[in-house]
Parts: sequence; C-alpha cells; structure tokens
Amino acid sequence: MLRLEDLQIPGIETINLTIAPGECIGLSGESGSGKTRLLRAIADMDEHGGQVYEENVAQDDVRAHEWRRRVALLAAESHWWLDTVGEHFSAHAEHIEALGFAQDVMSWSISRCSSGEKQRLSILRMLANCPRVLLLDEPTANLDAANSERVERLVLDYIVEHNAIAIWVGHDAAQLSRVAHHRYQVSDGSFTKVVHP
Amino acid sequence: MKTEFITLTAPDLILASLLVLALIGLVVRLQLGLGQTLSIAAVRTTVQLLLVGLILEAVFNRARLSWILLIALVMMVVAAWEILARQKRKLRAKWGFSISAFALFVSSFMITVLTLLMVIEADPWYMPQYAIPLLGMLLGNTMNGIALGMDRLVQTAWQQRAVIEQRLMLGQKDSEAIRDIARDSMRAGMIPIINAMAAAGVVSLPGMMTGQILAGSPPVEAVKYQILIMFLVTAGTGFAVIMVLQLITRRMFDSRERLRFDRLLKVPR
Repeated sequence: MLRLEDLQIPGIETINLTIAPGECIGLSGESGSGKTRLLRAIADMDEHGGQVYEENVAQDDVRAHEWRRRVALLAAESHWWLDTVGEHFSAHAEHIEALGFAQDVMSWSISRCSSGEKQRLSILRMLANCPRVLLLDEPTANLDAANSERVERLVLDYIVEHNAIAIWVGHDAAQLSRVAHHRYQVSDGSFTKVVHP
Repeated sequence: MKTEFITLTAPDLILASLLVLALIGLVVRLQLGLGQTLSIAAVRTTVQLLLVGLILEAVFNRARLSWILLIALVMMVVAAWEILARQKRKLRAKWGFSISAFALFVSSFMITVLTLLMVIEADPWYMPQYAIPLLGMLLGNTMNGIALGMDRLVQTAWQQRAVIEQRLMLGQKDSEAIRDIARDSMRAGMIPIINAMAAAGVVSLPGMMTGQILAGSPPVEAVKYQILIMFLVTAGTGFAVIMVLQLITRRMFDSRERLRFDRLLKVPR
C-alpha cells in the first residue's frame, strides 16, 4: 500500500491518496502541470510537505537511498555513466527477453544504444532493484507500438507478481485506460480523479 | 664559508625592464590585446614587491610575534579570497570563504608552526626570516591546489547533475553518487604538486633553491631546504584539498540525500 498524506508540492493542491497493492494509477495533465514534481516528491528527490507511507513505513523513517530502492522513480530521460549496459545494474537483470532484448545486451556499449533502447533498458535497470513502488514518468515516450506494448505487459505482470504499485504518467489516454485501474489528472493546480467516460 | 652576494642596483633592474618594454612593443604590434594588461602587471609586480620588501625589512628588524601573526592573517585572508576568485562557478561567498580559510589555517598555518617549532628551531621560533617565507610558500601552493580541485568538483558536478540524480534515483547513497567526480577532483588538485616533486632538479630548479644559491648559500644547503619545503608543501596541499572537497561534497546534498546546488551556488531554482 502507498499512502500520500497531506502531500504538499508548490503549485498543486494538497494531495491525500491511498493506492492498494497490485494497483496501477494513471496520471495525466498538461506539461508543466506538476506531474513530474509529484513523482519526485514521492521518491523524496525534492523537498515537500506532508508524508508518504509505503506499507506503513514513512519516508522519514528510513534513509533516503533505502526509500528510493523501494520507491523507484523512472525519469523521462535515462542517464548512463559507465561504458557498458551491465555495469549499471545493481543485481542480475531479469525480464530481458520480455522487453525484446537478447541475453548479450548486458555487454552492449552504452554509446551504441538508441534512445528507445536506453528507455527500455532503464526499466530493466530499475526492476533489478526489486522496488515495491514504480513511479513511471512517460515510460514509453520514445518507443514504437510493439515495444510500448511490451513495457505495458511487463509493468502489469510485475505489479501482479510482486503485489507492487505503479503510478504511470502519460499523455496517451488509450494507453492509460489499458494499464491503469484508476486515473487522476493534474490541471491548474488541482488533483482530481478522472471518472471513466 | 659564507660568500658575499652581489647586490642589485637600480640600473640593473632598469636594464631588465627594457626586455619587458621590448616585449610590450612586440605584443602591441601583433595586436594580441595584451599591451595594457602586461604593462599594468609589470608595474604591479614592482610596486607590490617593493612595498612588501619595506614591510618585511621593518618586521625583520623588530621580530614581534603579534606583527608576524597579523601578517600571517592577512596572507591567509588574501589566499582564501583568491581561491574564490578563481572559481568559474561562483560559490556562496560567505560559506566558500569560510571553508577555504579553515583549510588554509589547519594545513598551511599549522604545518608552518610545527616546522618552525620542531625542525627549524630558530630563536625566537617565530623569527620572521623563516616564518614568513615558509608560510608564503605553503599558502601559495595550497591555494593553487584548493582552487583547482574546487573548480573541477563544482564544474563537473554541475555538468553531470542529471547523472548524479539518476544514481540517487537508483538508490545509491549520496557519497556513492558523487564518488567518481570527487576522486577526479582530488586528483586534479594534487597532480601539480606531485609533478613538481617529480620534475624538481631534473627539469626545473625550484625557485626557492635558486634564490638561496643566488644569495650565496652552498648548493647542498639550499637543496636540503628545498627538500623540506617540497615535503611540507605536498603534505599541506594534499590534506587541504581532501578536506575542502569533502566539505563541499557533503554540503552538496541535504539530509535526505537530495542534490542541492542551491546550498552551494547562487542558482535559479
């Protein structure tokens, strides 16, 4: 379970929200509305008011780096600082085939990867930490339809298998209705539930 | 066997200044845009050195501890300012000045005092002929090392802030996320002095030793002093660089391991 209690982010109204295990929340809103800032606050990457609980563990109760291993943020743009893909993984990568790669991908040179490949690899890199909560900032923005579908399937399988939680930020309404159990939107500083059309 | 050294007269210096004047002429002809800077620098070096010579002569004649401490304080303050002035990304002045001054004090100043008390053992121990040049050499080199290392650390971290945040998002500790950059910067701050030690005597004759030989000291005596200075300067620079860069990396993150350049620099949020 993930619980946002009086979460305060500049420019957005105070947010109270509880997400049940195994659920994926869809989040939309214009660019600049604060979706990314909301994800960053949940991952404790920015200063914010209020509290976030994951399985009754408060953000402030654990060291920040431990929190971010449980509550993983996948930024819209991934960054790589070593030479090969595999060096960036904290543990053995799983689900390699599920995202359309062969096992030798770990020895690939970063400089040869396309932006779409990096985006898919960054998802594998995040999942190698076995996070309890996935905060996904436009995870399929650089991907074609086939790969987008692979990512959707992998994320949904992961949250079912691990009883985890995902917050999926995206612009594609059709995609959000496929992956999300509930949808919310941020606009003009308000955070509201989207009632299904 | 002390040999009398040859004193320089004003005409001697005027002769040397003709060389600089000739260079200024050439530089202006080639339109390097350096004519004015070069002239001002030449005048500055003359005036500043003459002034400091007068001050030192006055202090040398009356070796009062309070005077020497005052001069040491002025030297340290100027060195700390100089470190900040050499940064391409301006640090928050009060904080940057404090850590620079603190590092110069615990490394350069302490090492000078220890050396005077335990190695030189002059009478009195603060004899200005030893104390002031020693402190000057330590401060000058330490200042260079800190300025280089600090500039490298802040510049690289700023350019790679997205990578640092990515590493934090993957659950790395703040110290781990900045480790590579911090190590590189420490190396950058220490390499010049290590190179100077390695090249000393083969490629270059260090200035202090040259000066002593010109003033009539036996070369081996001058060499012994130079070795002492090299060791002191290397140790002083190394400790100061490590200390300052560790303080900066700690300041770069808050208690929740977030990258916080606003604590370090004046940045638009």
